[in-house]
Amino acid sequence: MSKGRFGIHGGQYIPETLMNAVIELENAYNRYKDDPDFNRELTELLNSYAGRPSLLYYAEKMTKDLGGAKIYLKREDLNHTGSHKINNVLGQALLAKKMGKTRLIAETGAGQHGVATATAAALLDMECVVFMGEEDTKRQALNVYRMKLLGADVIPVKSGTATLKDAVSETMREWTSRIADTHYCLGSVMGPHPFPTIVRDFQAVISRESRAQILKAEGRLPDAVIACVGGGSNAIGSFYHYINDKDVRLIGCEAAGRGIDTFETAATVNTGKLGIFHGMKSYFCQDEYGQIAPVYSISAGLDYPGIGPEHAYLHDTGRAEYVPVTDDEAVNAFEYLSRTEGIIPAIESAHAVAHAIKEAPKMGRDKVMIVTISGRGDKDCAAIARYRGVDIHE
Amino acid sequence: MSRITDAFKGGKAFIPFITAGDPDTDTTAKVIRAAAENGADIIEIGIPFSDPTAEGPVIQGANLRALSGGMTTDRAFELVRELRRDVNTPFVFMTYANVVFSYGTDRFMERCAETGVDGIILPDVPFEEREEFALPATQHGVDFIPLIAPTSDDRIAMIAREAKGFIYIVSSLGVTGVRSEITTDIGAIVDTIRQNTDIPCAVGFGISEPSQAAKMAALSDGAIVGSAIIRIIEKYGKDSPAYVGEYVKTMKQAVGAGRK
Repeated sequence: MSKGRFGIHGGQYIPETLMNAVIELENAYNRYKDDPDFNRELTELLNSYAGRPSLLYYAEKMTKDLGGAKIYLKREDLNHTGSHKINNVLGQALLAKKMGKTRLIAETGAGQHGVATATAAALLDMECVVFMGEEDTKRQALNVYRMKLLGADVIPVKSGTATLKDAVSETMREWTSRIADTHYCLGSVMGPHPFPTIVRDFQAVISRESRAQILKAEGRLPDAVIACVGGGSNAIGSFYHYINDKDVRLIGCEAAGRGIDTFETAATVNTGKLGIFHGMKSYFCQDEYGQIAPVYSISAGLDYPGIGPEHAYLHDTGRAEYVPVTDDEAVNAFEYLSRTEGIIPAIESAHAVAHAIKEAPKMGRDKVMIVTISGRGDKDCAAIARYRGVDIHE
Repeated sequence: MSRITDAFKGGKAFIPFITAGDPDTDTTAKVIRAAAENGADIIEIGIPFSDPTAEGPVIQGANLRALSGGMTTDRAFELVRELRRDVNTPFVFMTYANVVFSYGTDRFMERCAETGVDGIILPDVPFEEREEFALPATQHGVDFIPLIAPTSDDRIAMIAREAKGFIYIVSSLGVTGVRSEITTDIGAIVDTIRQNTDIPCAVGFGISEPSQAAKMAALSDGAIVGSAIIRIIEKYGKDSPAYVGEYVKTMKQAVGAGRK
């Protein structure tokens, strides 16, 4: 079995043209990951630029309203650029810089990873090109403008379903054609080894902080940690430092779109099967002949037919649960959190909130849960208004 | 002995690529017959995949047309079985890992052997992942054909030593598609290959003109052409067999000019 495996998942299913590039990346990462200077520099950027540590906020009104477990929100939405994506991007951009790369390329779905990459590129004086499904450039027009403002080129991808999966394919194609000066700043815990490990390590800051924060606030570990899952980077970051604490339930919320009994869904674990795509073995939504399914979710960031290999492994072993959340439930949760706590979550994060709303009342008042708010929802307001049939002129 | 390796014995090989089911199965069968009759030494048949990450826009389009037309893995096998009644040219399937994996890798290779597919190329399976596919392929007598890229450098020897059938040299960085010039030092790659194996090697990616094919075949053992043929099929549709036949004849003559 090749490198980078999580059980049977993971691996390096990529064109030969890219093999030396991922080997170079792996060597560089192994060299720098424990390097004190590198880590000092990264921590400095995370703290003084991105605004870490992010708050662990006790959602008292929501807790009282639901009448069950105490709910804490891990506020990744408060990071600079508005989501958890910056954690990984600052790490990768710094690594790329150490490797002598001068150009970052990235895929983006909702635009959050693209914005984070464009931001890091601006800060570190690097060129930046972001590939975004044409459909998503429409759904997330504000983020397209933000990326351009930050100096990045945004390339609309028209192939396939013109969403996140096609943006990943196109970024891979671009990397194949220009490797020497270019780093592919992959945005989730997916793709070929070493990306799932690198991105996980950079996102693990979420649970490293939340563990210390909850111990301080409650004097104990949480009973459940809930996060949304597309590729799964904020979820793995939220879970990572609890994986060995068997009493902590880890719950990933997949985008069910219009429901897992319809074709308009992106719930990979609940509707997909084992396959090989985008460099990894994992679960994918696909037909009987292995053709990748045109998935759907209201959330551009969760609208992906696969899931990171470590999540596939956590599912296999039963360590984490993966539950489907529909568009309707997510939109209701989006509005609920806004009204109840005065926090507008990203529609992606609203999937996690939706499940917390279902789960908290089932748990006793002596229980504690942490819900990761992976990003803020300003970007989604126009789309949610449309979903509710409200016509707003931006 | 491999029928694929044997196909290089008569001199420089010309290897056309055709996507199965583009625009429909009948046309593909006629195109393949035309290619065989006009001197193709080996024929690469693409089983379409929804997300062909190693392909440029031209072959992406062929994949899409073929899938919309209803092509499936089972139908690709049926196409080969039908062609084998009168076509003896070695066939190589080119597709993506998930198409083979989802069919059941062992079952896929078994059906290759049973219907008459001699080899397989999977552009998203590098050396590190080859065993999972190469072992069942070998068990069923199907050649697992590796790719070597301009960036392979220190990996060439290890890939060459495990190669079966032939070695596919990727001429350029990037995805498939027509290029006006090829700047990679193919000669140096071929030298390293020759130091490590007797398996023949052919160059693909970016070749469309007879002069390019002649040059690439002179440096190696053959030339592979995909996008330029797909363009002909895209342009002429059901009438394309005669045009592809004509093109294959011209290209075969061009590579043959540099006969061993």
